[in-house]
Amino acid sequence: MFAITVECLTKKFGDFTAVNNLSFNIKKGEVFGLLGPNGAGKTTIMSMLSTMLKPSSGKASVNGFDIQKNEDDVRKSIGIVFQDQSLDEELTAYENMDFHGRLYHIPKDIRQKKIMELLKLVELDEKKDNIVKTYSGGMRRRLEIARGLLHEPKVLFLDEPTLGLDPQTRNLLWDYIDKLNKEKGISIILTTHYMEEADKLCHRIAIIDQGEIVAMDTSENLKNDIGGNVITIISSGSTELYSVLRSLPEIESIEVHDSSLHIGLQNAETHVAQMVTMASEHGIPIDSISIHKPTLEDVFLYFTGRSIREEEASGKERMRMMQRTRR
Amino acid sequence: MDIVYTIWLRNVKRFVRSKSRLLGSLGMPVFFLLVLGFGLNSVVVLPGMEQGYIGFIIPGIISMSVLFTSVFSGIQIIWDKQFGFLKETLVAPVSRLEIMLGQTFGGASTAVIQGLMIFVLSLFMGLKISSISGFAIAIIFMVLIGISFTAFGIAIASRMDDMHGFQLIMNFVIFPIFGLSGALFPIDSLPSGVRFLTLLDPLTYGVEGIRYGLLGSSQIDPAISFVVLSGFTVMMVIVGSYLFRKISI
Repeated sequence: MFAITVECLTKKFGDFTAVNNLSFNIKKGEVFGLLGPNGAGKTTIMSMLSTMLKPSSGKASVNGFDIQKNEDDVRKSIGIVFQDQSLDEELTAYENMDFHGRLYHIPKDIRQKKIMELLKLVELDEKKDNIVKTYSGGMRRRLEIARGLLHEPKVLFLDEPTLGLDPQTRNLLWDYIDKLNKEKGISIILTTHYMEEADKLCHRIAIIDQGEIVAMDTSENLKNDIGGNVITIISSGSTELYSVLRSLPEIESIEVHDSSLHIGLQNAETHVAQMVTMASEHGIPIDSISIHKPTLEDVFLYFTGRSIREEEASGKERMRMMQRTRR
Repeated sequence: MDIVYTIWLRNVKRFVRSKSRLLGSLGMPVFFLLVLGFGLNSVVVLPGMEQGYIGFIIPGIISMSVLFTSVFSGIQIIWDKQFGFLKETLVAPVSRLEIMLGQTFGGASTAVIQGLMIFVLSLFMGLKISSISGFAIAIIFMVLIGISFTAFGIAIASRMDDMHGFQLIMNFVIFPIFGLSGALFPIDSLPSGVRFLTLLDPLTYGVEGIRYGLLGSSQIDPAISFVVLSGFTVMMVIVGSYLFRKISI
């Protein structure tokens, strides 16, 4: 039995295809990550699965309910933490929770009990009567997660749950999410562009680029795909070096990216010397060289041909961050 | 009904809590009341008006305050849209009609409270109400203005993405509705062209209804006022819910 099934899901905005012919399944109790740069279509996927947006074509179901035919049942089965804040800042934490509970028709006695239970879980019970305006970013995020859990959803949607939070709060949130999944068995689908987040939390990861899934597997398998090791060479003649090295039989993957060269292969230690010799034979200078185990960053680069970091500094996010600080 | 109540409750809570907004929105009506009322009271003589010009415009200023507060409450869903709170309500398993109705009644309630505050102030400025039933009639008309124009605000907000267009709406829609409504002048004395425009303005019937209730006399039959304003209210709620249903974030 699957928590979410998606078949050939497509969303077009005019001529622009935001999500292109996507298919995947998420098992019950699984933490599934959509990893990709901003604008890759992650939020569009989430919006469609949460019935906020109608797909252009294709089918999907959440908790066994069709997202187009059974909107209300889908909505009852899911809890959502949106990318941007969605709290009423002029109400208290308790009132925000209470509002949510009433919207989901939770009877009064159960509602009051659950609200206190969840506020305790996210350690906000002592501040429950403070106006949300006075809360820090991390506290707001925790409150939103608590709120998303109030109606006991079967599937939790987390859209960039830790965006704009400091590392300490981020670690805390990761622990909460992990605990929720383990103790309550809730299936979780989350989007992120933080490699570390995907690596730490997700059982399986789908790498999304320009509306398509370019790779989907466990973090471990994805890393193995590009070889046991990665050698990164920084050189001013990286393109020449590329043409020199590409013919080596032990190389499993090779990518040039500006002045750096990323090479995936087994037993890198035994081949480094040979590569350096070849470079100096052709008179190509090497600025630095490093060997490491592949990270998701390498995986992303391998599958999309681009580094996620350069996507990250896009204008959209900077604007959003500005908006956050202004609030 | 639970949902409508929940959303109504949130609106009223917010309203009661934001003291600055409450006082701020009283400013303009009080200003009009003082400047026009006391300023023109001695120079303007209306035939058949025992309470003078100030008595004449009090119902107009009450309508104004209800009008402005309700349109503003309706348009406020743009803030909810921008600050993300609207999403929280839209993904809940509730119908959009319920959300829209809750929002409308919430906005109308705050608008009527605002109107009543002007009413209380007016009592200090010499307003004498004719009867309790007259007061009840005035409240009914305030409620109708409140509901219709909150729905009107929601209809506008459903088509707007941010607050940039707010000034435009204020200057080219809301002020003309107020200005043409006969809140500040008697309709009978107008040239026929302007009079026609005045009779097209739904607020005119609200002002006249409140005037009948508070002063005991009006230029439009209160039954006609009631029918026209109720019709307008129903129409606005339908248009508002239709447009709100199609809102996308």
